[in-house]
Amino acid sequence: MPKLTIDGQEIEVDASMTVLQACEQAGAEVPRFCYHERLPLSGNCRMCLVEMERAPKPVASCCMPVGDGMVIHTNTDEVKKMREAVMEFLLINHPLDCPICDQGGECDLQDQAVAYGCGESRYTEEKRAVSNNDYGPLIKGTMTRCIHCTRCVRFSSTIAGTSELGGVFRGEHLEIGTYVGNTITSELSGNMIDLCPVGALTSLPYAFKARPWELKKTESIDVLDGLGSAIRVDSRGGEVLRIIPRLNDDVNEEWLGDKSRFACDGLNRQRLDQPYIKKDGKLQAATWDEAFGAIADKVNGLDGSKIAALAGDLVDVEAMTALKDLLASLGSNNMDCRQEGNAVDPNVRASYIFNSTVAGIEDADALLIVGSNPRIENPVLNARIRKRYLEGGFKVGVVGPAADLTYKHDYFGADATTLNDIASGKHEFAKVLKGAEKPMIIVGAGALMRADGAAILAASKAIADNLGMVKDDWNGFNVLQTSASRVGGLDIGFSPKDGGLDTVGILDACGDGKVEVLYLLGADGMEAAKLSDTFIIYQGHHGDSGAHMADVILPGAAYTEKNATYVNMEGRVQRTSLAVFAPGQAKEDWAIIRALSAALGKTLPYDTLPDVRGRMAEINPVFATTDEITPAEWTDFGMAGDLQLKPLSSHIRNYYMTDPISRASETMAACTAELLGQGGETERTGTDG
Amino acid sequence: MLHDRDRIFTNIYGIHDTGVKGAQSRGDWDKTADIIKKGREWIVEEMKTSGLRGRGGAGFSTGMKWSFMPKDSGDRPHYLVINADEGEPGTCKDREILRSEPHKLIEGALLASVGIGAHACYIYIRGEFYREAEAVQRAIDEAYDAGLVGKNACKSGYDFDIYVHMGAGAYICGEESALIESIEGKKGQPRLKPPFPANCGLYGCPTTVNNVESIAVVPDILRRGGAWFAGLGRENNAGTKLFCVSGHVENPCTFEEEMGVPMKEMLEKHCGGVIGGWNNLKGVIPGGSSVPVMTKGQCDSALMDYDGLKEHGSSLGTAAVIVMDQSTDIVRAITRLSAFYKHESCGQCTPCREGTGWMWRMMERISVGNATIDEIDLLEDVTRRIEGHTICALGDAAAWPIQGLIKHFRSEMEERILEKAGTQPAADAAE
Amino acid sequence: MNSSGEAFAFTPENQEAAKAILAKYPEGREASATMPLLTLAQRQNDNWLPREAMDVVADMVGLAPIRVYEVATFYTMYNLKPVGKNFVQVCTNISCLIKGSDDVFKACKKKLGIGNGETTPDGEFTLLEVECLGACVNAPMMQINDDFYEDLTGETTEKVLDALAKGEAPAAGSQAGKRVGCQPAGGLTTLIGED
Repeated sequence: MPKLTIDGQEIEVDASMTVLQACEQAGAEVPRFCYHERLPLSGNCRMCLVEMERAPKPVASCCMPVGDGMVIHTNTDEVKKMREAVMEFLLINHPLDCPICDQGGECDLQDQAVAYGCGESRYTEEKRAVSNNDYGPLIKGTMTRCIHCTRCVRFSSTIAGTSELGGVFRGEHLEIGTYVGNTITSELSGNMIDLCPVGALTSLPYAFKARPWELKKTESIDVLDGLGSAIRVDSRGGEVLRIIPRLNDDVNEEWLGDKSRFACDGLNRQRLDQPYIKKDGKLQAATWDEAFGAIADKVNGLDGSKIAALAGDLVDVEAMTALKDLLASLGSNNMDCRQEGNAVDPNVRASYIFNSTVAGIEDADALLIVGSNPRIENPVLNARIRKRYLEGGFKVGVVGPAADLTYKHDYFGADATTLNDIASGKHEFAKVLKGAEKPMIIVGAGALMRADGAAILAASKAIADNLGMVKDDWNGFNVLQTSASRVGGLDIGFSPKDGGLDTVGILDACGDGKVEVLYLLGADGMEAAKLSDTFIIYQGHHGDSGAHMADVILPGAAYTEKNATYVNMEGRVQRTSLAVFAPGQAKEDWAIIRALSAALGKTLPYDTLPDVRGRMAEINPVFATTDEITPAEWTDFGMAGDLQLKPLSSHIRNYYMTDPISRASETMAACTAELLGQGGETERTGTDG
Repeated sequence: MLHDRDRIFTNIYGIHDTGVKGAQSRGDWDKTADIIKKGREWIVEEMKTSGLRGRGGAGFSTGMKWSFMPKDSGDRPHYLVINADEGEPGTCKDREILRSEPHKLIEGALLASVGIGAHACYIYIRGEFYREAEAVQRAIDEAYDAGLVGKNACKSGYDFDIYVHMGAGAYICGEESALIESIEGKKGQPRLKPPFPANCGLYGCPTTVNNVESIAVVPDILRRGGAWFAGLGRENNAGTKLFCVSGHVENPCTFEEEMGVPMKEMLEKHCGGVIGGWNNLKGVIPGGSSVPVMTKGQCDSALMDYDGLKEHGSSLGTAAVIVMDQSTDIVRAITRLSAFYKHESCGQCTPCREGTGWMWRMMERISVGNATIDEIDLLEDVTRRIEGHTICALGDAAAWPIQGLIKHFRSEMEERILEKAGTQPAADAAE
Repeated sequence: MNSSGEAFAFTPENQEAAKAILAKYPEGREASATMPLLTLAQRQNDNWLPREAMDVVADMVGLAPIRVYEVATFYTMYNLKPVGKNFVQVCTNISCLIKGSDDVFKACKKKLGIGNGETTPDGEFTLLEVECLGACVNAPMMQINDDFYEDLTGETTEKVLDALAKGEAPAAGSQAGKRVGCQPAGGLTTLIGED
């Protein structure tokens, strides 16, 4: 390991480091704008210049590889002067519009001007002005503030893989943009807002909403897809104003999908804020007691087999635990958390999680994607696949929907029977997988929702078994769950047991009257026709489709309004934190069920959150800890059978609207209209670039 | 002064046949295969012996540069890239090689490629040189037809392909890493170094980038021997050089002369002297726009080579001599250069992108006196804040002419400011 | 931006030329053909480069369009809007400046009745002040389309423009009538047959 002297201190560092990283390790602060550890190096801002003995000129520490015997100075007068110079140059054409700039208070330029600038400008010439860019509904492009660090350009081309932004023209006329006035269509576009060190790219929905110092910042977990990205919920008063990612190298690195980031306005719209009871065919406001009374009137005395429950996509494990226990006490085994009819085996954890882990993608050397479009099902996960792809030596094959995944792949059509050819080794891609050291398969949730889902699961397992995907230290079998509640629900056993009905069985039974009471725990999107004679209890936070068919509505809390447990697609137990209180009379979901249990005379044996969590750990030890991954045992699952000819597809068509929160979001509605209407023939050819 | 017998470019004015036959009649392509067969190491050693220093401006030893190329690069091919992006104001020597002596360049490219283990060469010609590129392409076609290049070039057993790649208007592509970026189909933005092209150049492969003139003199050096070349000029400043003299001389022209000749003698012999006589000289920019201007006093004794001009705080650069007589508005002339550097800044790094515009704006004001005296100091300070802080040398090149102006002609700047302000200069400002 | 409003396609002849251009670069390095293909497109398209042509080139070399827009806007020879049939580019950089490029440029403005960056209403001429074109010993000079006109005065500049306006093709090179190329006008000082 090379030894360097940094500001007189000798330090030994990893040979792959840059001088800037070595300085950080030595505790010497080096300011920077263009450098970002997750982006390719650029070296353009010159803020990180340091003095290196025996070098003819100051060096850009961010790009200079460390070498043995280097002597670096970061605190000399000369370095101080260089920083002042760069600050001055950056500011001569930067507008002094901080009072109306949303970056104010969290602006690198502002902060570093204070820390490293000289406090006054000697520039008296005309300032350059650049017109604003229209990047669509998510990003506000105030390009006159741009300092040309090109972080956004590098993100767009490298991380997102969509290459939408570039630097056009040159010299002092260099402008960052799309040149042709396109909107930015990447599902990861919001990350450019975070990356932008100035106020050139800011959040359009958040424009002029708040100053950072007014915000309450709550660290939490995203639940709008299956990844469980680490987030920070910024709120003021009772309102969530924005959501931004937090660092979690194992899960989302520091990226966040646009839906998870921008759907938060949906938290304030179409909320269920008090109980309702349907009277004379109309939902009418009620008290909690009245609502519970109405349920008791219906349920008391009813045979358990006539009661069923379905849990939706955003439901936390605490709520499912309570409901499962309540159903058991009522004598019902009819429950399912796979509202879409996913054919994973609830008894075999390896059949429903992402066994390789998300970070594990970086270790893989071949990938088969089955019936999934990871780019829209989980853009952050897809970025991880792209990251691996960019490293090289990584072949990707797809059997499923044709799509621009942002990385090169061999496309083998959407015919499910191809899976048999691969499993039997006949298919060309079987050789690739077989020859790989750590091959992996990603099976989309959409593929498992089909009538032949169990057979597809079996064929996928056969591929994993036959082509060496499961070894001592590697499990390459993965299901891409798109719902935050799915793995948790299966882990806690919110699934039919001992002859209980599954989703399809429950809905059929409702249709022919065998089930009379259906408890929809945040489950939306049911076919109304079959449920017309069923007494429906809807517990949830949004007036989505489930609430519309309800006889009793119990208003619950959204994920930003409760301390709740979720399990991500990898089987990682994580917790959200309460950032704001639920609106009106809405309550935390497990507490509602606990209160209802009392009203039904079946009082559940827990009164506090720790009690519920104790119960969860009792059911399944994975809930005893958080943030840990326990490898799942590899046993038999799936049911071999005929594969249908119907082409494999993704079950998600509109990335921006997949759940009650994003469906209530005006921002997501704007994305749907403006971004999904775009592309190909309909692409704008405007003159506004 | 150089004898015709020691001149390399014997058809530099294009008076004779520029085609392959004409070139061969002047000694080009003579027993090239024999030289190739002497091998890579011999070629590099001979080039080192010759003392040839890069003719593109930086003056780095050509043989040394070639020796940096890895001996074995596995699967990675080596490339020779010839820099014909001649655009330094004042400079027009490579143009003459391209249009009048293209076979010297092509033969040199072949021999240089052997010297660095390359089998492919790209000649990057500035886009404006459309006719010149046509001439080079014509010569390349002839060379292919004659079996001088291509498979088994000159029947030497060495395979060699050579291509023309044209620029499209960007001075910065004369910087070697920007030029490589440009060939790769990107904006011509200089790369950070390290890595250097010898390790990671064109397409990430070992690459040597040489100036047109550096390559075009290679055949003669190898044919006549490195010692012959080294015997011309002065120690550490060997050989002959194309000089292009523009501006206020009676006969501006391009010619080949021995390194180290006295400037005054050179101007008088080849260019008919300074218009109005030597005493009418105001200043000379001796090596293209990027080098500091010299006063008449300095020019009196200056010798035209690397060390000779360094002694006077300037540089040989591309040997593009811009002569300015007393009629020259030197402030305006340097202002024009500031406009040039602002126009040609690639925009990548902060000090150059922002600083070249700032300097130019101040120069514009100062050139018409619309400034205050202390703004000259501010300008000087701004040049210091750019110099040495940029990714490539364009920042330095933009700073130096202004520094030279302030150093030698500050009085003219002050005079203009005071005149505009309605105040007479405090003292006689004439230098 | 800079759309022609029409689809662009290379002529069959230029498609062949494009193939030859692509063949100059190693496999997988098609991006290198970006600049020559843009140049080819511009030369086909009356010397200007609409966005549609950039998109065609992007497709041919397998780059995202923005990468090609970057290139097309970086290099000054790509004309992002239509230019006149005779594209007059006058060097005003230092060597030309001190040798009278003011007169040349003034003559152009007077003769053509347009200013810097403008095109005559009949679409015959566009006038542009440009940076050093690398013919400094023949200063002042201007480039019209592919040719250099050198050793100019205000008067000879007007002559060249007049000839072009008449549809003639004035001989390129030195307009002073005293020399060929870059040799000294007073007669050769080297290569005169002495030893």
